[in-house]
Amino acid sequence: MRLHEYQAKQVFADAGIPTPDSRLASTVEEVMDAVDEIGYPAAIKAQVHVGGRGKAGGIEIATSEAEAREAAESILGMDLKGYTVDKVLVEAGVDFENELYVGITMDRGEGEPVAMVSTEGGVDIESVAHETPEKIAREHIDPAFGLHPYQARKVVFEAGIPKDVAMDVASILTTLYDLYESKDASEVEINPVMITGDREVVAADAVMNIDEDALFRQPELAEMEDEAAGDELEAKANEYGFDYVRLSGNVGIIGNGAGLVMTTLDLVDYFGGSPANFLDIGGGAKAERVANALEMVFADENVDSVVFNIFGGITRGDEVAKGINEALAQFDEIPKPVVVRLAGTNAAEGMEILNKDLVQVEGTLEDAVQRAVKNAEEVTQ
Amino acid sequence: MSIFVDDDTRVVVQGITGGEGKFHTEQMLEYGTNVVAGAVPGKGGQEVAGVPVYDTVDEAVDAEDADASVVFVPPAFAGDAVFEALDTDLDLVVAITEGIPTQDMAKVNKRLSEVDTRLLGPNCPGIITPGEAKLGILPGNIFESGNVGLVSRSGTLTYQVVSNLTERGIGQTTAIGIGGDPIIGTSFVDALEAFEADPDTDAVVMCGEIGGEDEEQAAKFIAENMDTPVAGFIAGRTAPPGKRMGHAGAIVSGSGTGTAESKIGALNDAGVPVGDTPNEVADHIEDFL
Repeated sequence: MRLHEYQAKQVFADAGIPTPDSRLASTVEEVMDAVDEIGYPAAIKAQVHVGGRGKAGGIEIATSEAEAREAAESILGMDLKGYTVDKVLVEAGVDFENELYVGITMDRGEGEPVAMVSTEGGVDIESVAHETPEKIAREHIDPAFGLHPYQARKVVFEAGIPKDVAMDVASILTTLYDLYESKDASEVEINPVMITGDREVVAADAVMNIDEDALFRQPELAEMEDEAAGDELEAKANEYGFDYVRLSGNVGIIGNGAGLVMTTLDLVDYFGGSPANFLDIGGGAKAERVANALEMVFADENVDSVVFNIFGGITRGDEVAKGINEALAQFDEIPKPVVVRLAGTNAAEGMEILNKDLVQVEGTLEDAVQRAVKNAEEVTQ
Repeated sequence: MSIFVDDDTRVVVQGITGGEGKFHTEQMLEYGTNVVAGAVPGKGGQEVAGVPVYDTVDEAVDAEDADASVVFVPPAFAGDAVFEALDTDLDLVVAITEGIPTQDMAKVNKRLSEVDTRLLGPNCPGIITPGEAKLGILPGNIFESGNVGLVSRSGTLTYQVVSNLTERGIGQTTAIGIGGDPIIGTSFVDALEAFEADPDTDAVVMCGEIGGEDEEQAAKFIAENMDTPVAGFIAGRTAPPGKRMGHAGAIVSGSGTGTAESKIGALNDAGVPVGDTPNEVADHIEDFL
């Protein structure tokens, strides 16, 4: 789960990391009130979950009332890579001499967190990592001990951070690691940390991603989740507890187990179709859950055909069949053709129960996918 | 023969009194697995499906001479349960639990480097040596004893590929689910190394997916160290970058690492044919045998 910049900044500020004076605003008038209090120059920054906001026109610097109003009007309500901007952060502009990068994430290859520091801040750090990896200093962290202060100093010196601010940057890094650990983050990042003319260090941005699996012990952060930030169907899926990703195609896909559902998507593509979604009902799903899944996929107006691919292990074929029957029983006419493939635990019992007047049945994965692709093609023709 | 488990393996089930723990203990017993004990704090002295329950793993291991454990403990407590298992001298710990916080697993991973125990998972279906033992939730009836090893990051994909093999009369030595999380115990390389050393395994299927670089490392290992032929499958070719596709580990990073393309390329370069469909994987295995 990704926090908005204003949320992450609040978490950072509460922990003692210096951040610029800022206000959250959702109308032009609120923006004008905020700049009145903060003064000029002020940054007006869209609060949406997309990278590269600046380049996409989601961040403007205002040096006068007219510019502030213009920026507020252009950013509020704008569409930024598919997300509508309904909140902006109005923030005091920082007069800076240097921009640095600091971040902590999990190095999955090593199975350990890693702290990263670079003098190349304020730019796309992933391209720096890719093209000039030597410009990012790294220090692995033993998760049993945490980031020792000496390690923070070591990585900061190694990165070539100017000596007069090195201790302040190291201190920000140790605070960041404390947050990373205590808040169950998967990533914390400040890009850039600005160094002002007075040699103060200030977090001019804030990124914080929280491990979804740990939200049960982070109730305060869980409450920050912005339902409106995602796709409407994805929010619905979240409510039902499905793993769901909306895609751009027209073949709806429901299955059990991430690997098998991904494989079903790949096969739809392989046989010339285009997947509309990834929907994993998870292990051991009961009839009601199966019915919810089918309703969700029907609710996506891009979907022209549906394929249900179940290989039961912990999931039982008879429960799945009951769920499909229940979901379809509500319709006088089935909205989109449904192909079902059932294998594994209680598949035979499931086939007995399944209302075959309402669905098409296929025995193999390949046949089921091909039929669903063909169904979708017939609709689009 | 087999790797990691056989009919001598003596199993403790952690979380045996829970719904999943009880159901799958019964299934494991029915399959013929030597489930010798359960371990649940505060439930010592009870019995589940005729299996004695102890308060701690240590007690269970001592009393019943167990050498493996299977963890059916909810995610909030599963990291601790694995630590408890690693504090005994078990040979193998199989963690079925899905959704263990990654930082808990980082700590487990650290401890793992300090002990001799092998960890499988978490977020995995377990391990099965057909006809001898299954530790986990795999549906026993689709497996047949034979000469092909299988290692996979995904449970249901394992079932799919195994059924493609079994339908053609191709049986398995051992099938291993290593789990779909970013931090796991046993890796592809560990499993491939064991299959290479097993004289009864004549070919290996490796099912990978997007995310991380484990498949690329496996490809390197295969090229340098394996005579046993390997066929592969990679799930997630159509996954968009930045989206978590169900498995916590199945995410193509924004910077483009961990793609299906990179994994398939690495495997092909190592001489490993990669099927476009699970059925094609079975074709490749048939060609090897």
